[in-house]
Amino acid sequence: MAKESTLKNMLLTLATVTFIASALMGGAYVITKGPIDQAMTAKTNSAIASVSPSFNNDPSAEQFTIELSGKSYKVYPAKEGDAIVGYAVETYASGFGGRLLLMVGFDREGQIKGISVLSHSETPGLGDKINPSKSDFSVQFQGKDPSTFKLLVKKDGGDVDAITASTITSRAYCDAVTTAWEVFKKCDVQNKESEVNHE
Amino acid sequence: MSKFNLLTRGIIKENPTFVLLLGMCPTLGTTTSAINGLGMGVATMFVLILSNMAIASISGIIPGKVRIPAFIVVIAAFVTVLQFVMQAYTPGLYETLGIFIPLIVVNCIVLGRAEAFASKNSVSDSAMDGVGIGLGFTLSLTVLGAVREVLGSASLFGFKFMDGDGMLAFVLAPGAFIALGYLLVLFNKLKARIS
Repeated sequence: MAKESTLKNMLLTLATVTFIASALMGGAYVITKGPIDQAMTAKTNSAIASVSPSFNNDPSAEQFTIELSGKSYKVYPAKEGDAIVGYAVETYASGFGGRLLLMVGFDREGQIKGISVLSHSETPGLGDKINPSKSDFSVQFQGKDPSTFKLLVKKDGGDVDAITASTITSRAYCDAVTTAWEVFKKCDVQNKESEVNHE
Repeated sequence: MSKFNLLTRGIIKENPTFVLLLGMCPTLGTTTSAINGLGMGVATMFVLILSNMAIASISGIIPGKVRIPAFIVVIAAFVTVLQFVMQAYTPGLYETLGIFIPLIVVNCIVLGRAEAFASKNSVSDSAMDGVGIGLGFTLSLTVLGAVREVLGSASLFGFKFMDGDGMLAFVLAPGAFIALGYLLVLFNKLKARIS
């Protein structure tokens, strides 16, 4: 039997229902917080491992940010013992369908070791060929040094073979990789300075 | 109505996708592959069962004029819990389904069953109804996802059976409408023959 819809009844019921609901959500949040953090770290770490030279530290624990023309980028150092063997740079650009988030790995000499796509919203079947599982587009960057390899699509006078019918996506991808390269140069300079200071 | 009838009713006679045409947004949006359709269906079924049971047990003490806000709060709470759980244990699926997980809150099926069935029936009947409708939704989404995946990506449940891309349009929005339309015709034809 439903209760009468008096103001007091309605207020009381809604307050009780929302209170119980929020208690339930709070409980679920507390229980799942650990696993969620773990899943996210595991995801970042596996993305780093797929693009950077082999390492034996925990790059997400040593992550730092680099400021570049007003935007900040996350950098994950890959270390073998105490020596830095490379960097994985999280970088982004505006693609055709939204933000394109990439992880670009460099070794100490600045060669691109690998690039993986963290998230994108490009058109399935066209722009999503940036994904290594869908096409070989990303392979052409491997082992290239951006100081000699021009990170522009061939249409714009660069060295990159664009994905057919997805020039905007290819441009955004090159853009993001270029940004990652700038970030890498900045941390490389900082790193060399600190090494000099140590000596 | 017997418990078994409650169960089968959701799958055939009142199939939420092919007969009631409810919850079209996730139906069209998430079924780019069979596994995505299945994941979305199971997620919705989870919320549907729990919210049906919770609403059936509290509907007696909810004043009529605030029942809709109360139902929505209950549904939203379960969806948020589901979101946390998926983020923690199935991060891959959580990422693919994206915005459609929080949008289960406004799925017409969930609120529709709460209002039309759970608020007037017993807890066990409502649970059965949730399972039935949930299974119906899951099966429809899986079938639609499978059809679109076979035609659009030349694979099924992620296994490629043919080289090449397939007909791309079926992975995109227009293909969703076309595939759903033909499946609707087929389903209702078969349903008419059975009854």
